[in-house]
Amino acid sequence: MYPQAFEYFCPDTLEGVIELLTQYGDDAKILAGGQSLIPLMKLRLASPKYVIDLDKLQGLSGISEQGSEILIGALTRHAEIEDSELVQSKLSLLHDTINVVADVQVRNLGTVAGSLAHADPGGDLAPAMLALNAQIDTVSSTGKRTLGVGELLVDAYVTSLEDDEVITGIRVPIPPEGSGGTYLKFERRAGDYAVASVGVQLTLDKKGCCAEIAIALGSVGVTAIRAEKAEALLRGQSVSDDLLKEAASAASAECDPFLDIRGSVDYKRHLVGVLLRRAFDIAARRAGGEKVETPHV
Amino acid sequence: MSKRTVTVTVNGDHYQREVEPRLLLVDFLREAVGLTGTHVGCDTSNCGACTVLMEGRSIKSCTYLAVAANGKEIMTIEGVAQNGDLHPIQQAFWENHGLQCGYCTPGMILSAVYLLSKNPHPTESEIRRSLTGNICRCTGYQGIVDAIQQVSGDSQ
Repeated sequence: MYPQAFEYFCPDTLEGVIELLTQYGDDAKILAGGQSLIPLMKLRLASPKYVIDLDKLQGLSGISEQGSEILIGALTRHAEIEDSELVQSKLSLLHDTINVVADVQVRNLGTVAGSLAHADPGGDLAPAMLALNAQIDTVSSTGKRTLGVGELLVDAYVTSLEDDEVITGIRVPIPPEGSGGTYLKFERRAGDYAVASVGVQLTLDKKGCCAEIAIALGSVGVTAIRAEKAEALLRGQSVSDDLLKEAASAASAECDPFLDIRGSVDYKRHLVGVLLRRAFDIAARRAGGEKVETPHV
Repeated sequence: MSKRTVTVTVNGDHYQREVEPRLLLVDFLREAVGLTGTHVGCDTSNCGACTVLMEGRSIKSCTYLAVAANGKEIMTIEGVAQNGDLHPIQQAFWENHGLQCGYCTPGMILSAVYLLSKNPHPTESEIRRSLTGNICRCTGYQGIVDAIQQVSGDSQ
């Protein structure tokens, strides 16, 4: 299978990338890791006339701690996050997520910002970053801006990025003491897209109450979403089994899954509830200082 | 669309070729360089038969543009054996029935070489997870896992 013919550019500056995007607009596509774009081009689901490869850009890759945030460069590959001690120790939710993204070879090329910009409803990075309240930095011909993941995601495969806008980095707030998180993905077979996925990031206070919580759901709607009703039920509460079940039911009800080869609507709603309860348990144990191995559902 | 000149180092040798930007790395290796050990399986980034190492990292060469490999270093299955001696992983696949039809084997071997380069003593679970991106329809994977365990010295 071959993509349709295209013109290839590999500029070595961000200015060069924006210049090309300004010139070619909707006819151009940015190539980062290519692990979504190239399959789409081979299937002729995408046929850009111009492909702009970011491979030669310097300084947009890497993971660093900057004040109260962890900065992930836009071109950071999944594998670098997988190997990052910083991510492992401070962002367990993100580390769990990367572990279940596709397979080793895809993680060696695919990038975090590429996954976000692709906005696949089945993508793993969008729910993870949504649960972590990440901020996305971009640059375009009109300047820089910062947006939340919820502002980025508009619809399936649609983002609020302008034609000439490029993600430069992702800033993830470092969770405070007493926090824990995890990402659970239920897949039919190893390396597949999720049937449903749930990310839970929470902070316990000294009495063990759930002071703060973020719950993100993946693959059960046109975009990743926050389960706001479930969050509201749990926030500020000492969480009993009954309350957790109630929150799980709320999350099942507030998602909007579609019937596809991975399962029925009811099945996916049910999964969301089960995964939420399991994810809450792991996140709470981690928040309490327990070391919980990266889970594989 | 205009062709581009690329120079790619494959198994230590430099190859300069004129390519269309849409040429995939696997086809560059097979058709332009003439190294047919790297197989095209599913051609959709699922099966891993086309796995090669680029700059030391395993990638699926059906999902990478040849033009993007310009200036980069690739290792294919042809570069794994040294001076006619099988690589320990190749020898172990032979001894442990790590293959039957052999179609997935080049990709499996390179995934195994990559795993052991990062993690010389993986657990069985780590080995199995590292092979998520490689499909074998003959062996049931047990012989492959056994082969990798033999080389890593961990037979638990």
